[in-house]
Amino acid sequence: MMVYYGYRDSSGEYYVVVDSEKCDGCGKCVQQCPQNALELGTIMVDLEDKLVAAVTEEHRRKIKYTCSPCKPETSAAPCVLACEKKALTCTWNPEK
Amino acid sequence: MSNDGSKDKVEYWRWREYRKTVSSKSWRDAKIVTAGVDVGSVSSKAIIMADGKIYSYSIMRTGSNSPDSARKVLDWAMEGTGLSLDDIKYVVGTGYGRVNVPMANKAVTEIACHAKGANYIWGPTVRTILDVGGQDIKAIRCDENGRVTSFLMNDKCAAGTGRGMEVFADLLKVPVEEIGEVSLKVDVEPDPVSCTCVVFAKTEAVGLLRKGWPKERVLAAYTRAMAVRMSKLLERVGCEKDFVVTGGQSKNVGIVTRIENIIGLKRLPMPNYEENGLDPMVAGAIGAALFAKALYEKSQAA
Repeated sequence: MMVYYGYRDSSGEYYVVVDSEKCDGCGKCVQQCPQNALELGTIMVDLEDKLVAAVTEEHRRKIKYTCSPCKPETSAAPCVLACEKKALTCTWNPEK
Repeated sequence: MSNDGSKDKVEYWRWREYRKTVSSKSWRDAKIVTAGVDVGSVSSKAIIMADGKIYSYSIMRTGSNSPDSARKVLDWAMEGTGLSLDDIKYVVGTGYGRVNVPMANKAVTEIACHAKGANYIWGPTVRTILDVGGQDIKAIRCDENGRVTSFLMNDKCAAGTGRGMEVFADLLKVPVEEIGEVSLKVDVEPDPVSCTCVVFAKTEAVGLLRKGWPKERVLAAYTRAMAVRMSKLLERVGCEKDFVVTGGQSKNVGIVTRIENIIGLKRLPMPNYEENGLDPMVAGAIGAALFAKALYEKSQAA
């Protein structure tokens, strides 16, 4: 499952994307996020619980502000670099 | 004076709370009775299933306290059926307040429940679900088993959601359940309002009213703006048919018609929910009750 957390407005669109199949819940991204915006959350896969990285409820609605310090270099964001499974990506597409 | 005054005080935002027993069979003949309780930010829904078929359900306003709302809505679904909590083998809680459903054996995310519920309501052809709830909008893609393949949550605010519509109902003195119809009574579609925040959009709407715009036109401009925004969410997850709308706003024809026009795809029709209980507003609770059955069976097999 691909989970998109982010926003889209007149400046462009920004998403933190978690691939819950690749994510093994190691929690390295959670430790590396300078804004403490990530946590491990439980999802259900084939009736079994699985821990995966997620943006916290608190930050889901303010990603625009929370993620802005890391946004210019999406490929070098600390959370992205921390992920060995390449399960977490950030995308930023400015409005043309 | 006070009598006339109170009569004039219509609560335009208020929508219908109701319960219904839809099965003609007795739950006592069923092997397993399960329940799903979806405590949303604006409405709470409960579904009781007998052997995986809807037995009864209820929809009411969420109060200030999630555990209380969960208890009340489930009690209401059981009302007059002779059921008590002890008869229900497994309860799954979902929605915004899912961790606060005291009688739940387990909490499952509303995303998983909505996809499962939509699959149950419309069948395995459903691929894209737009859930417009009380305070947020979600675009969900799923496979033929109702398993989520991707989902996207909206950004910041309540505009275009149930709560936003309640605010506009009060402002324009149009009953909230008629907003959709009224917004379609325009000959020419106006430009959408520029603000997608409820508070700012309300200010903008007041300005338009002062300019002499009729209610229909103001509502059309607001509804249009929200539909544009929702269509963009759908664009991001990729809108593949069959497409359905769940949540309270599935009943808002103004929103739904405009989204259909923008994306060029019709949603699957609303089921005859008054008869069969397949109300798109309770899709999350339906999914939760189905998970409850599966989880109970799994616990018994172990």
